[in-house]
Amino acid sequence: MSNKLGQLTATEIAAALQRREMSAREVAQAFLDVTDTYGAFLHVDAERTLAEADAAQARLDAGETSPLLGVPVAIKDNISTQGRPTTCASRILEGYIPPYDATVISQLHGAGMPLLGKTNLDEFAMGTSTENSAYAVCKNPWDPTRSPGGSSGGSAAAVSGGLAPISLGSDTGGSIRQPAALCGLVGFKPTYGRVSRFGLVAFGSSLDQIGPFGQTVADVAAISQVICQTDGLDNTSLPDAPLGAMDLANASVKGKRFALPRELMSDAVEANVRASIEQAIRTLEAAGATVDHVDLPSLSLGVSTYYVIAPAEASSNLGRFDGVRYGAREEAPGHVESLMATRGKKFGHEVKLRIMVGTYALSAGYYDAYYLRAQQIRGLMVAEIDALWGEYDAILSPTSPCVAFPLGGFSHDPMALKQMDFCTIPANMGGYPALSLPCGLADGLPVGLHLMGPVRGDERLLELAAGVERELGCAPLRPGLA
Amino acid sequence: MSEYRLSVGMEVHAELRTQSKMFCRCQVAFGGEPNTRVCPVCLGLPGALPVPNREAIQMVLRTALALNCQVPVDSVFHRKNYFYPDLPKGFQVSQYEETNPIGYHGHLMIHTSKGPKRIGIKRVHLEEDTGKILHLPGGGSGVDYNRAGVPLMEIVTDFPPDIESAEEAREYVAQLRQLLVYLGVCDGKMEEGSLRCEPNISVRRADSETLGTKTELKNLSSFRNVFLGTEYERRRQIAVLETGGTVAQETRGWNEATESSYLMRTKESEQEYRYFPCPDLVPLHFDRADVEAARAALPELPLAKLQRYQDEFNLSPQDAQLLTAERPWAEWFEAAVVAGGDPKAVCNWMNGDFARLLKETGQAAVIPGVESDTEGREPARMSPEILVKVAKLVADGTITGKKAKEVFEKAYMTGDDPASMVEGQTQISDTDFIRQAVADVIAEHPDPVATYRSGKGGVLGFLVGQVMRRTQGRANPPMVQEEMRRQLDETS
Ligand SMILES: [Zn+2]
Repeated sequence: MSNKLGQLTATEIAAALQRREMSAREVAQAFLDVTDTYGAFLHVDAERTLAEADAAQARLDAGETSPLLGVPVAIKDNISTQGRPTTCASRILEGYIPPYDATVISQLHGAGMPLLGKTNLDEFAMGTSTENSAYAVCKNPWDPTRSPGGSSGGSAAAVSGGLAPISLGSDTGGSIRQPAALCGLVGFKPTYGRVSRFGLVAFGSSLDQIGPFGQTVADVAAISQVICQTDGLDNTSLPDAPLGAMDLANASVKGKRFALPRELMSDAVEANVRASIEQAIRTLEAAGATVDHVDLPSLSLGVSTYYVIAPAEASSNLGRFDGVRYGAREEAPGHVESLMATRGKKFGHEVKLRIMVGTYALSAGYYDAYYLRAQQIRGLMVAEIDALWGEYDAILSPTSPCVAFPLGGFSHDPMALKQMDFCTIPANMGGYPALSLPCGLADGLPVGLHLMGPVRGDERLLELAAGVERELGCAPLRPGLA
Repeated sequence: MSEYRLSVGMEVHAELRTQSKMFCRCQVAFGGEPNTRVCPVCLGLPGALPVPNREAIQMVLRTALALNCQVPVDSVFHRKNYFYPDLPKGFQVSQYEETNPIGYHGHLMIHTSKGPKRIGIKRVHLEEDTGKILHLPGGGSGVDYNRAGVPLMEIVTDFPPDIESAEEAREYVAQLRQLLVYLGVCDGKMEEGSLRCEPNISVRRADSETLGTKTELKNLSSFRNVFLGTEYERRRQIAVLETGGTVAQETRGWNEATESSYLMRTKESEQEYRYFPCPDLVPLHFDRADVEAARAALPELPLAKLQRYQDEFNLSPQDAQLLTAERPWAEWFEAAVVAGGDPKAVCNWMNGDFARLLKETGQAAVIPGVESDTEGREPARMSPEILVKVAKLVADGTITGKKAKEVFEKAYMTGDDPASMVEGQTQISDTDFIRQAVADVIAEHPDPVATYRSGKGGVLGFLVGQVMRRTQGRANPPMVQEEMRRQLDETS
């Protein structure tokens, strides 16, 4: 079944709802009808979604004009939803129904956005293909034999396939931006601390950030207005988190300066992606922007650094899954035996691998050589990047070195898959705002252009992206329309 | 038998008297139905995040300053990772590293029977308490997380330890407890576990430089047990060494009933806690001006008060110690002195009849309108002003000491003005009146008078008693005595 509303952006649906051309219930129902495709959703509660849609309709009828009122939204299944399962695509959280809403969920309720359901992901957001889900294979709507990317693959496939007008994901090393690139979407990771992490099941706490997927920069900017808020429940929340004024409609790239790090356009970038990015650069230059090649040598250490820090934090964050209070539990004669059986059987392979790597990196005797060293390199990386902001408006690069790859294509070489995060990891290291937006097709599949701005520069980055989007002229980019 | 020296390191855990838990807003209280004071944060539900309790941080800062500690500019929270069912998150938020805790490199001066002694403090840090494992009546066990996340302050003495006797161990804990209660940061209830101490005890031959193998002692629920437990371990370890054995590094429990320690577990290899800075918590920043303001706002501490009471009020060390043992008691005393009371007289009334009556009635000494009792006891009606009035009636000879006890007790029970109780029955100090009464008694008792005049002075008491009887006990006794002796000697 196809969904005619899938051709509309979130902003367009919001406008149609305001004009009473359709009801919030009709919109929700149209999307609910197709949520069972691509393995994008892990959980849908249609009744509840429709009830929320009716509540939104009542607000519309009362004359309320909040920007996304009545527009349904899909949620990555590692964000806590009261009364709706939150599994992180892991067997260890099978049957767990949170008693509380994440702060972003409360904000979406406040904005009158019905929740369509919970979307597929790599278990605990660990992966870049969504193939590490314990529950379902997730497919790329551009080519169902290919991966949507990950770890927020479900939220990307949902928007790309017309299953949801807009969605939320989480990004620890590129988990929003890479699937956005592979599915032809705009994916935005705001500055660390601008969106509350309260209720986001932690992976790498110092790197994790919730952010949106949309078909256009305007869509992600609109939902960012909802979720970028200071939150007293998150100690790392920024005091001035709400987004300031933005002028997306009149944004231009003319006179803007982009830095292109050589390290992010290396031979590791596949030729078709490279060609697409180079074409985009020529277009931007023609529109009055300048793009300079720069050297950021520490970026070549990004992946190695990330794969120490993120697993270290994860090994601690995942210590709470012991089968004592919630989720799955393997019974055994003693507590230690039950603990080992529960974690041994209910965590997937990749999760166990990262817990072990992280445990090692934090161990006495190895802490200095791994965790502490990685944090030092992180500091170096941030210093190198920060030195550019005086001169440049954004750092430009590909998002992913390749287009969507076949499902199972890296099963023989998981390290190669991990190596592909090198363009997106620096933003998490420094907490920078960054986004991926479509810049064309290569062999019929979307290519993502990556833009990163200075900390707290979210508004200017979104404006810049709106300007780039207009010059490139390829958004929204929909499978089947290309 | 050789000479041995004792070394005791002390770890004290104090539950802070905050309204809410360390990282969530759940209430802090004792007892109650299991798992009724819990929320996603203190249960460690997926996605929940900690927000530090400012009140708890201030309490640890004040304690650190009172213990003469250094305070770092930035202090981070670490995660201490381990698995246990009473630990909801799989890690305890704590503070690690030498100069990172809110307080480090301090000391506490304690007074002992051998004089004052400086006990070095290595660290004062903030962490969170765990839940409690309960054995269920029907078999199996459950976990109560009401205590999980309660702010816990850990105070660790220096290494090598300064404490060298069971008395010092007891005095350190007692005087540290007194300090914490003075600061209002802990209720100090050892029996309820809100103050827990774990001594690390070792002995070595007097000529040895290196410390012996230590044992850790748990379940010490009173100062007395700290003394008994430490002394028991000292003797036990010496006995082991004297018989050619070696002391094993182990954790031992104290059995109050048998007054002996028992093996709980042997210490295996060092636990691997994988400490690292907690990424969910931004570092605490201690602005120097704020630290100095906190230092200036500290109350007068027990040791300083003890000294001042001796210097300023000329009280004996014993009196001063009784008065300063608890801060509300000391403040009551000071209020009475401010109300015009003679310090020594106020002290005697407080440590005598007032203390006795409070004990008998289960009431608390409370300065009206200033504070309420932290234990929730009924406030006594006795105010500093009333006590001072009773003391003055005695001092100016209006009533006798014996009569005053009666008046004090009545005022304690009713809260009435003592002056109104002694109207019409005040002491008679009128010289003419007494002279006449004495003359009358001498005239009426020729035999005892003759006995006295024959040199047997012992009969004087009988004659004075007759005067008191005639005057219904209202005549001023010293004046009667003096007048009686004068008249008897004069006319002989
Ligand atoms: Zn709580």
